[in-house]
This record gives sequence, structure tokens and C-alpha cells, in this order.
Amino acid sequence: MALSAVLLPWVSAMAAMCLALGLVWGFFFTPDDFRQGATVKIIYLHVPAALMAVNAWLMMLVTSLIWIIRRHHVSALAAKAAAPVGLVFTMIALFTGAVWGQPMWGTWWAWEPRLTAFLILFLFYLGYMALWNAIDLPDSAADLTSVLCLVGSVFALISRYALIFWNQGLHQGATLSLDAEQNIADVYWYPLIICIAGFGFLFLALVLYRTRTEIQARRLKALIARDRAV
Amino acid sequence: MRGLLLRELVLAVRAGGGFGLGLAFFLIVTVLVPFGVGPETETLALIAPGVLWVGALLACLLSLDRVFQPDWEDGSLDLLATSPLPLESLAAGKALAHWLTTGLPLAVAAPVLGLILNLSGPGGLWLMLSLAVGTPALSAIGTFGAALTVGLRRGGLLLSLLVLPLYVPTLLFGALVVTRAAGGQDPVPPLVLLAGVTLATLAAMPFASAAALRVNLR
Repeated sequence: MALSAVLLPWVSAMAAMCLALGLVWGFFFTPDDFRQGATVKIIYLHVPAALMAVNAWLMMLVTSLIWIIRRHHVSALAAKAAAPVGLVFTMIALFTGAVWGQPMWGTWWAWEPRLTAFLILFLFYLGYMALWNAIDLPDSAADLTSVLCLVGSVFALISRYALIFWNQGLHQGATLSLDAEQNIADVYWYPLIICIAGFGFLFLALVLYRTRTEIQARRLKALIARDRAV
Repeated sequence: MRGLLLRELVLAVRAGGGFGLGLAFFLIVTVLVPFGVGPETETLALIAPGVLWVGALLACLLSLDRVFQPDWEDGSLDLLATSPLPLESLAAGKALAHWLTTGLPLAVAAPVLGLILNLSGPGGLWLMLSLAVGTPALSAIGTFGAALTVGLRRGGLLLSLLVLPLYVPTLLFGALVVTRAAGGQDPVPPLVLLAGVTLATLAAMPFASAAALRVNLR
């Protein structure tokens, strides 16, 4: 709590700074793409949101494992706190994708592997949060949601590759990969990286904030229970 | 284990409703589809694989909240948990019983319903085969969902929200087998992948179900 109290303002400030810098740079100071026109600028929201939506689930997986193995309470609460944030990032990615897809592909929605995988991820987030809400005992809820998160991760991966088998994609290949010789052009690349960093910090800040709230709520509950007992 | 299986089967048959209900549901869903999309035979033949697979999946889902719930309510689940039988075997046995009472009848009945939807010749056979291969996975995953939600009020609705996304790979490969067979393509590759998903699910799911049961029985 002490550490996160120190960290939180800094992380939030970094998030605000990176997002402001990256988005303003990306939206107003980069040239239009010669084929996509101004719509290419959706990339500054779409890619970071999608990236963080997947990473949020990854973080939940890790924290769930820590909870199952080491029974560290903050870990379970962090997983709980990350779920709604990941859900919102998934929604942002889906929404901006639809807005981008309409002028580029001529459709709001296509049953295409990546889109469908994100829709399934969205459903996983919903189920995970619903299970947290449905169970009264906090420790049982943490246990059961952790098991669900593990199983869900495996099935999310299988679904991802099953979908590639199922239908060909409309998406372009990876824009950013470490081993590619030619990535996206530098004028787009720098603001994009800053935006990704901004979304990363934003995610961190939101999860820290929400986890602190959860911890405080649990302390409050313990205090009330103690008061009643006396 | 055999005793448990026999008990489950006898209960399913004698309790009435549960056993035939899934099958009747499957029939009704299949019959309703042509009213929704129109009676053109080409259209129906085109969507038949997907409709039949989704129908079978929903019929499977229908009986899932009865897997653990009755035993939980009358306390026999606690007895079963304290018996020498490991919880993993209990979960596997429950899944097997669920498959024998829902998945297997669905697979057998499906080709007949395929005829209603004008599914072409080889399609019916492959539909039966793909359902026979795929529905054990549905039962195993469903048992896991039932184990997660066993102690909850209004568990049934939550159960479907949790379980349906997990059904995606099975449904996808299963329907693809039938689509390919009906379209004259080679249906074996998706069938092999479907079998892979099923086998992995059967191997791993009883452990997840047992873990969830342990938490819920604490």
C-alpha cells in the first residue's frame, strides 16, 4: 500500500503525459497515409488498446497463478481489479476496429480470426467478472475465478488458432515485430510507441488504483466485522 | 466408479424429463429454424451443419445444471466427496454419465434431423461422427462449469455464460467437418483436430472440475 501510494501519482502522470504527447503527435503531426488517408490515425488508439486487452488477461493469468500457488491475497485482488479494465480495452479495440473497418474494408464487422478472437476474449472477461460477482465468500471467489482464468486461457489460445484454421484474415500482418526488417514507417512508429507506453501506464495506474480500492474495501469489511464481534 | 455411473444413469432415466428433454429440445430447435429462415431447400442445406451443431450444443447445455446440483442439495455430494473415490474420478464419471444421457442420443438422432434440413447424403454420416467425437468434450467442459457454479443461486444462467465461450473450438471444428463433408471436401483434417480438442479436454478437465468442487465443498 505504501509503495503503491508513492507510485500511483507518478504512473498516472506518465500515462497522461505519454497519451497526450502520443495522441496529439499522432493525430495532428503525422502525414496522411497515401491509401488510407486520415483513417490511418485510428491506429494510435486501436493497436495500444488491443495490445493491452490481451496483456491484461495475461496479467490476470499470472496473478491467478500466484494466488493459487502462494495464496497472496493482493494477487487475487489485482486479478479482480484488472478484469474490468481489460474488458474496457477490449471494447475500445473492437469499437475503433469497427470504425476503421467501415471505410477500409467496407464493413463494420467481419467474421475474421482476429476480430472473432477479440469477441471471444470479451466474453471471457464477462464470464470472469460475473463469476466474481456471483460468489459471496471472497476466498472461494478468488479460488474459483483463478481456476476459470487458467482454463479460459488455454481455451482462448486454442480458439485463437482454431479461428485461423476456420477463416482467412482481412487484417494486415504484424505492424510491429522485433524480428522484422521493415516495420511501419518511422513517422508513424514513434507516436505509436509512445501511445503504447501511454496505454501501458494507464493500465498500470488503473489497476493500482482499483487494487488499492479493493484492499481498502476488504479492510473496512474486517473492521466492521470486528466491531460487530465486540 | 462403476457404481457411480450406474447410479447416475438410473437416476437420469427414472427421474423423468431430464433424459428425453435434451433430445426433444434439439428436435424443436431444428424444426423451428426453417420457420425463421424460410423453406428454401438450398438455404437450409447451406446452414444445416451449423444449426445442427449449435442445437446439439444448446441441448447439451440444458441439462448441465443437473449434473451436481441435485447431489449438492440433498447432501450426497458431500458423501461422494468423502468416499474413497477421488474427486477427479467423480468428475470424470459425472461427465461420462452426462455424455451417455445427452451427447450420445444427440449424435444418434442428428442424421434424422439432418434430413429435415436437407443435409446432403454423406453429410448426415459425418454429422453423426463429428457429434460422437465432439460431444464428450462438451460434457467434460460442462461438468467443469457445473462444478464452478454448484453452490450458487441462479447458477444456471451464469453457467451458460461461463461454458459457452469454452465451447468455441469444439463447435468450430465440429461444424467444419459437416460443412466440408456436405460440400464434397475432405472432412478428415477438422475431424482429427476435433478429436485432439476432445482428448485434451477429457484429459485435463476432470482435474479442473475437481479443483472447483474442492473449493465449493469447503
